Formats: sequence, structure tokens, C-alpha cells
Amino acid sequence: MAETQQRLEDRRPLSPHLQIYRPTLTMTMSIVHRITGAALYGAFFLLAWYFIAAAAGPEAFVWASWTLTSIPGLIILFGATWALFTHLLGGLRHAIWDTGAAMDEKGREALALATAIGGVALTLLVWFAAFSLR
Amino acid sequence: MVELALPKNSVVGAGKTWPKPQGASRVTEFRIYRWNPDDGANPRIDTYYVDRDDCGPMVLDGIIWIKNKVDPSLTFRRSCREGICGSCAMNIDGVNTLACTRGMDEIKGAIKIYPLPHMPVVKDLVPDLTHFYAQHASIEPWLKTDTPAPEKEWRQSPADRDKLDGLYECILCACCSTSCPSYWWNGDRYLGPSALLQAYRWLIDSRDEATGERLDNLEDPFRLYRCHTIMNCAKACPKGLNPAKAIAQIKNMMIERQF
Repeated sequence: MAETQQRLEDRRPLSPHLQIYRPTLTMTMSIVHRITGAALYGAFFLLAWYFIAAAAGPEAFVWASWTLTSIPGLIILFGATWALFTHLLGGLRHAIWDTGAAMDEKGREALALATAIGGVALTLLVWFAAFSLR
Repeated sequence: MVELALPKNSVVGAGKTWPKPQGASRVTEFRIYRWNPDDGANPRIDTYYVDRDDCGPMVLDGIIWIKNKVDPSLTFRRSCREGICGSCAMNIDGVNTLACTRGMDEIKGAIKIYPLPHMPVVKDLVPDLTHFYAQHASIEPWLKTDTPAPEKEWRQSPADRDKLDGLYECILCACCSTSCPSYWWNGDRYLGPSALLQAYRWLIDSRDEATGERLDNLEDPFRLYRCHTIMNCAKACPKGLNPAKAIAQIKNMMIERQF
């Protein structure tokens, strides 16, 4: 009897989770925070490489500069800027929530939306500024 | 552990489409998760059609109608039909809620019903809540005191009593915990929103004298700190409670007691 019970428990399926849960804004921004955080590791390797190339001499720097200002390079830099600002604002959002503030329905939706919009807006602002200063 | 895909025995297949009720003018389609422990097959989705003119307005009315009129083998828990017992918690239209308080008309299109997410399934819409209840027991949800009991009741000022509002109403339906991705991945060690809301309910009770001991019990990277403020719990709670906020307040109590 005990053995039958055990085997039955082993056979029990796991109910569907991510596959069926309707995505919520706060859930999406939480996972975006993790992904951008991980992506920033890569972005900072690029930044380090750029500085090392600058210190290593003109030849290395020309190569690094050319790579980063090529079309794929610019796309990666644009993504890195977005990841940086989104992660930064996400950090602020979490700092606010850590105090227990803005956790009601209105507050949490507003903060999550502000992170999403703010990340894109700051990215566009920086790129607009960079290209107009050129 | 994060495992995005379902194990082999849990992958959901196509099921049976049951006949439409004859002569019904208003019909609502239900797609319901089925799993039978006796047939050795994988879970499947069965399609049913409910005659709305012969049935009450809530999702629970719909599945009771199916059980009575179409398929008596459909298995689910239900009792009070008015949102106070917490038995009929399930995933309806992608969100955890009580079948008895969700109206069929609130849902566009076919009504998709699954058991509470990321739980072992006993049968159809019935999840195994053993571990969930054990976690609730582990926070010792009762009054703990050292001082001798008073002659009458333990007294509390109205202001202190007010602190329990938004906490004591919990019906232990498990909608919040099973909506939480952190609980999905680490439910073996993370207590989850429901147990933590109850932990906070006893932490701020002015009559309770075991606050320090209770906090010691929660001071753990998993038990408390797996909450990453994803907030699905607060959104899912059919009683409008806010477990995420209760957890944030426990974390603040942890910091405050260090000074």
C-alpha cells in the first residue's frame, strides 16, 4: 500500500506554469531587470576592451573604434545604453519597493511602466545628444 | 531550480471535444486541463460547451454544470461558492483566482482552466497542497506568549487591532504562492507569499511575544529573501490582499532590529 502510494506520487504531473500564466507588467519588468543586468556584464567587457585598446596604442584603438562605430557595433552600443538605463531605473524601482512604498495596485503599475518608458526615453535622449554633438 | 519546460510526463496534449448541448441558444466554450491518475496517459485539454441559459453566471457554476450534465468524471474542489473557503482556486484565463467569484462574462473567448501552476496534480484541477500547508504550519500561525495568561482575553487597542486588517482575511487558497515565479523555481525552500503574509500577521500582532524568534526563523536566503517583488501575488489574490507588501515589511523589520 505504501509502495503504491509512493509510485502514484512519483507519477503526478507538474501543472503548467510559465506556459499558461498571463504575463503581467511587473513580472515582465522583473525578468527584463535580470536580463539587462546579465547583458551589462557583456557591455562592460566591451567598455573595458575599448579603454584597453586606447591605452595599448593607436593601431589597437583604431580597430576598436572602427568596430564599435560600424553598424553592428552601433546596434550593440544602442542596446547596451538601453540595458544600462532600464537596469538603472529598475534598481531605483526596487529601492522604492524595498521601503514598502508604492506597492499598491496603482503604484506598482505606474513604477513598472515608468521603468519601461523611462529606459527607452533616456536611451533615445543620450543618442540624440551624442549625434547632435558630433 | 529554474526549469522553463515541463517534465515529459507533464506535457499537455490534445483531448476530447464533448458534444454541444442540444437546442441551447447561448453557449460558452470551456477548455479544461484533465489528468487521470489511473489511465497512465499525459494530461490533456478537453473542450466542453455550457448552456448559459441553464447555468449560473460564475465559472464555478459552469464547471459544476459540466460535471452534472456532461462529464461526471471532471474533478475539482469546491465548497462555499462565495469566496470564503478558498477551495476552488485554479488558473482561469491565465490568472490564479477563485472559480466562484470570477464571472464567465469577465472572460473573452473560450474559458481556459488549469490547476494552480507548478504544482503536483492529484487529478484534473486538484493540486497537491501538502507542502503548501506544511509551510504555513512552519511559521507557527498561533499566538505565542511568555507572560502568564490573563484572567479574561488578551487585550489589544483598536489601533493595534487595525494593523491586522489586510492580513487576517487570508483564506489560504494558494492563488498567490502558485502565481509566483520565485515559488515555482524555489518552492521547496522559499516559503512563498501566502505563508509570509501569515508570518507578518503574527509578527505585528501586539499580543504576540515571540517576534524575535519568528524573525530568526525567517532570516534565511531562501525562506524570506527569494521574494524579488515580482508582484504576481498581489495581483492574483482574490481577497485583494497584498502579500508583496507584507514581505517588504518583514524585510524592513529584519533591518530595524539590527539597530
